[in-house]
Amino acid sequence: MFEDRKIREIEEEYGKWSEKTERTLAKRPERKDDFINTSGIPVKRVYTPLDAPDFDYMEDLSFPGEYPFTRGVQPTMYRGRLWTMRQYAGFATAEDTNRRYRFLLGHGQTGLSVAFDLPTQIGYDSDHPLAQGEVGKVGVTIDSMKDMEILFDQIPLDKVSTSMTINAPAAVLLAMYIGVAEKQGVSSKELRGTIQNDILKEYSARGTYIFPPQPSMRIITDIFSFCSQEVPQWNTISISGYHIREAGSTAVQEVAFTLADGIAYVEAAIDAGLDVDDFAPRLSFFFNAHLDFLEEISKFRAARRLWAKIMRERFKAKDPRSMMMRFHTQTAGCTLTARQPKNNIVRVAFQALAAVLGGTQSLHTNSMDEAFCLPGEEAVQIALRTQQLIGYELGVTDTVDPLGGSYFVEALTEEIFERAQNYIDKIDELGGAAAAIERGFIQREIQDSAYRYQREIEKEERVVVGVNKFQTEEKPPKDLLRVDPAVRISQMEGLEQLKSKRDNSKVKGVLGDLKKAAQGKDNLMPVILEAVKAYATLGEICDELRGVFGEYQPVSTIG
Amino acid sequence: MDSNRKIRVLATKPGLDGHDRGIKVIASAMMDAGMEVIYTGLRQSPEQIVETAIQEDVDVIALSILSGAHDFLFPRIMELLKERGVDNVLVIGGGIIPEEDVPGLKKIGIAEIFGPGTYTDDIVTFIKSNLGR
Repeated sequence: MFEDRKIREIEEEYGKWSEKTERTLAKRPERKDDFINTSGIPVKRVYTPLDAPDFDYMEDLSFPGEYPFTRGVQPTMYRGRLWTMRQYAGFATAEDTNRRYRFLLGHGQTGLSVAFDLPTQIGYDSDHPLAQGEVGKVGVTIDSMKDMEILFDQIPLDKVSTSMTINAPAAVLLAMYIGVAEKQGVSSKELRGTIQNDILKEYSARGTYIFPPQPSMRIITDIFSFCSQEVPQWNTISISGYHIREAGSTAVQEVAFTLADGIAYVEAAIDAGLDVDDFAPRLSFFFNAHLDFLEEISKFRAARRLWAKIMRERFKAKDPRSMMMRFHTQTAGCTLTARQPKNNIVRVAFQALAAVLGGTQSLHTNSMDEAFCLPGEEAVQIALRTQQLIGYELGVTDTVDPLGGSYFVEALTEEIFERAQNYIDKIDELGGAAAAIERGFIQREIQDSAYRYQREIEKEERVVVGVNKFQTEEKPPKDLLRVDPAVRISQMEGLEQLKSKRDNSKVKGVLGDLKKAAQGKDNLMPVILEAVKAYATLGEICDELRGVFGEYQPVSTIG
Repeated sequence: MDSNRKIRVLATKPGLDGHDRGIKVIASAMMDAGMEVIYTGLRQSPEQIVETAIQEDVDVIALSILSGAHDFLFPRIMELLKERGVDNVLVIGGGIIPEEDVPGLKKIGIAEIFGPGTYTDDIVTFIKSNLGR
């Protein structure tokens, strides 16, 4: 990037400057002996062209919308259109959540993001014994397509894009969404949205698994294949680092473990006979926006570059869209504090800004109250307004990748890229992401980082404002949003009614077909679609599959 | 009870919640403090938890829930412990639990609720002083 003569000159001057600065340290020491970021990367006093001697603009950065997409996936980025402002929401019944969605859309939100309750995420109906105490708590409860019809009532599915945080039973919820669209007169070909559908991180970090890895990977590749024909605008997976980070990983680990999972999905799909360029353009990603501002921005840029290289070099993709990492971002829930909750508004704003400077395609900003309850309406509105402020007032959206070329950001991008690559090499040696999870390697790496982070807070090496420094006495918050336990009762009544009204012989027949398909090799999606349209419940469908596939048994990584 | 015996803790995740960062961090801290920790993993029913606590003869049960299901699951566990005649085990809880729920949970016999921001050292100290060891 620079002429040798200039580099030598900088080197010489840097030497002099360093000496001079070191001499003043005795009198005016720095705040800490070592400056190390959350990934364990030492941060230097200053960055200069000397930190990027081999920097090659075209190779490492290129232009926005061009390989390796370090600077962004579109040529104009936010000059063309801002990111999709997509607040993750869902609680209690489909009616309650439908009301919240229409509230959010009314306030200028541009996409929906469905939070399901835990029984739904684990494939249990509301009347299952393990669903006691959980119905409608962390998301909306869905037992059958009837509930989905209510959830999207008066929301035109050809106009809005919908992201669904659903993994093990993703095929079933996607089928219900297609079914609801059909009832609205909208073809599956017009549908836009995302299912999370990322089972590997459920085993390593999030916990809502049902089936063992092998059949789970088959369901995922069935979805890839079905959607490439029938739902071509759908993001068939959202390969998620978010929860890996929430579980305690570092930024480098987040990139590495997410991309290692991505590699496993691509390999599974290729093994299932799919052509890489048929499904890879629909792969999407999901990252966390944590506190270390410049580390986070560099992380997003490094992740894009690394994925592009993996897709081109390792998987020989030809279509540039296969190499383009598009991702959703959510601010870091784990950094929200229960003490002085209003400080969270500021944390979220900085994290959201990092996501925007990192070139995210969509964004969820957390609400200030999430360290103690579900977000209330006022808190959600501030969170959404934070995004609108960044988009419309700050000016950071007027040029693409405004931090590109910063000596520090480029050096850190390269460092994260290399460290993540080393991790991926290690995971390859262990036999890939699934094998590394089955050995507990990834889980142990994450929990060790989580423990280290907590110790740093307790030793006060890491400051958490309002928690281990600058504490104040305060009253506990009041009027929290709570889910009425009666939701389960009304949901169970609804189920009973559904089962008495639907054509039960049809349900029985289609569940039999599902079992046969699961035992064989046919794509499961068409028969799941038949089942949901006959109003077979989520629990019935998942039970049929549990019967054939069995259930995942996690490995222990504690003790 | 042999006072030289290590403190035995059952660390567990009742219900369907998958957030195990907190309980794993606490389990590690308790092990570093010389306790024996049995970690059950996720998705434990109240019946399983009480059964394991009895089988493993633990001194402490540490419950973690972030899903909001503590309002059903914590009382259910306390009820089962009572039914099984277990009255010498220290039960503590943590997770995303609104402060207004804490008095009710203490009333049914949960010794303390530790929310986000708690130091693991404080939990260790609490256990040791409550068990008098």
